[in-house]
Amino acid sequence: MLLLEQLPVNYAPVAFQFFVAVGFVVVTMLATHLIGPKRKTSDKLTPFESGVEVQGNARHPMSVKYFLVAILFVLFDVEVIFMYPWAVNFRELGILGMLEMFTFMIFLLLGFIYIIKKGALNWE
Amino acid sequence: MTITQSLFYFLAFVAIFSSLLVVTAKNPIHSVLYLILTFFTLTGEYILLNAQFIGIVNIIVYAGAIMVLFLFVIMLLNLNVESEPQKTNLMKFIGIITGGIGLVVLTAALKSTDPSNTVVIQEVDMGLVKNLGQVLFKEFLLPFEIVSILFLSAMVGAVLLARKETK
Amino acid sequence: MESALIIEKFLLITIVLVVSLVVAMYMTLVERRFAAFFQDRLGPNRAGPFGILQPLADGVKLFTKEEILPENANKLLFIMGPSLAMFTATISSAVIPWGRDLVFGDKVISLQVADINVGLLYIFGVVSLGVYGMMVGGWASNNKYSLLGTIRAASQSISYEIAMGMAIIALLMVTGTLSMRGIVDGQGSTLYGLKGTEGLGWNVFYQPVAFLIYLICMFAECNRTPFDLPECESELVAGYHTEHSSMKLGFYLFAEYINMFVSSAVISALFFGGYNFPGQEALANAGVASYWITLIGVGAFFCKIAFFLFFFVWVRWTIPRFRYDQLMRLGWNMLVPLAIANIGITGVVMYLTGHIN
Repeated sequence: MLLLEQLPVNYAPVAFQFFVAVGFVVVTMLATHLIGPKRKTSDKLTPFESGVEVQGNARHPMSVKYFLVAILFVLFDVEVIFMYPWAVNFRELGILGMLEMFTFMIFLLLGFIYIIKKGALNWE
Repeated sequence: MTITQSLFYFLAFVAIFSSLLVVTAKNPIHSVLYLILTFFTLTGEYILLNAQFIGIVNIIVYAGAIMVLFLFVIMLLNLNVESEPQKTNLMKFIGIITGGIGLVVLTAALKSTDPSNTVVIQEVDMGLVKNLGQVLFKEFLLPFEIVSILFLSAMVGAVLLARKETK
Repeated sequence: MESALIIEKFLLITIVLVVSLVVAMYMTLVERRFAAFFQDRLGPNRAGPFGILQPLADGVKLFTKEEILPENANKLLFIMGPSLAMFTATISSAVIPWGRDLVFGDKVISLQVADINVGLLYIFGVVSLGVYGMMVGGWASNNKYSLLGTIRAASQSISYEIAMGMAIIALLMVTGTLSMRGIVDGQGSTLYGLKGTEGLGWNVFYQPVAFLIYLICMFAECNRTPFDLPECESELVAGYHTEHSSMKLGFYLFAEYINMFVSSAVISALFFGGYNFPGQEALANAGVASYWITLIGVGAFFCKIAFFLFFFVWVRWTIPRFRYDQLMRLGWNMLVPLAIANIGITGVVMYLTGHIN
């Protein structure tokens, strides 16, 4: 592995791609704004609710399940992040590293089993 | 000024500016979007320091996971104006006190640090994922394993929090 | 970086952007033609021979439609949603290696926009940002259908990201690098050390379970059938983009097709050898110029991408949509344990076969 090549300058093309993407999005959005007709009526501007008159505000509190899924996602995501440096070094770290990671994953599994057993992810 | 330095100052300026907007924005969703922008500039700073893994993890974890959670919370809350809790004088007073304490701690911490040469990288390939793994799984093995117990307790806590609501 | 290199990079970025837009446009036609084929009808065939001008007609139509900003919507966020979706779709292709370096004499042209050390994680980061386009746009619409679609989309895509990441971990244990070019180049060797299989050492033969998990998660991340609950028309009208019109709707649809294209490219590069093809060593030994081998490699890569794009369409008209609880159960209760088991088994097998000590 050539370490000399891993410099911040390698990221410059990514920044270029960001600029090109932003430019493309902005230009297209402006173009469609200028080209399209503008004949606004009040019926067009109401939210679509299958043709029925709008009932109240759409911003209701939602089921707490979604929130729980998001919290668990953050936790598992960070755990997966911890595995990346290990997986890349898997051969170098050898059997010792594997046992270290398996210990880590046993705790992860314990938590996972707890979540399943408590039925936290049941959607009935 | 070299390109690296000017990039550093530009990113630092955007980071501070957008984090000020996080605080001052009226719409909480705007705040979240500004915070994501702040994380992007921080990733830029990490990459300038050649801490590539930390830089990209900053995007995945903070911008990609934690901010999704924030957006969820904001969307799940009732955001209509009439249900906005009123800020009493006591609340404001407590807010000023805690903010002031935070400021004191930050200034004290900043005073005790030595000025470092910001944009000069000491060891070029320090922050690469290969070297990071070597350090994490050898020198910092115990903290790493303790983190897994922390995760376990966080999972249990999250499940308990959500169950309270349903019963 | 000298200016010639910068111009070269901008040229490559533009070509990649144009190619992904054209592929996305024509995927709409291919999808409809195949849908017609599966359902024994003709499909769009009026605009030009075999209907090949149909995507252009659709594009012009989307451009010239009236754009509607609903009065209760947050105007800025409403426009920002589709823009973010398109932005994240177009930046994800930056680290895909489209081919080997093109060598003309002493001029070397890299066919990869950015060869970064953490390329795979970059794709992962962009995928995890993709959810903002849907969330912001759907929430800003202030429409009940949109909000439901938004919440569904977000929790679906974050749920499947976990299994996706864990499938990748098992793959990384085999490859040992996060660089996309490194991963693709590692697959140019022989398969299980057998003679005559040069260029066929694809990761799918070493990590079939990881491939399956990744494939399923790829469908979920692209919101494609059978995981298209965020936009299922029978329940939610059009899901998170119910209120969007003209090119804002077009951006959401295009972003979905570009995401399909990029994920097909990513899965081909990760598991199907990318630009490696069987017989590349034989061609090199026979004295064929290296740029011909590179170009054939690019062609092979695009054939693999085309296969996965066809697979997307094939599945769409074959498998019905999941119910929401089934979707969540598949993601959390089946794919995550399977991925964890895959990591464990990979580790043990690599230890027993003497790859680590």
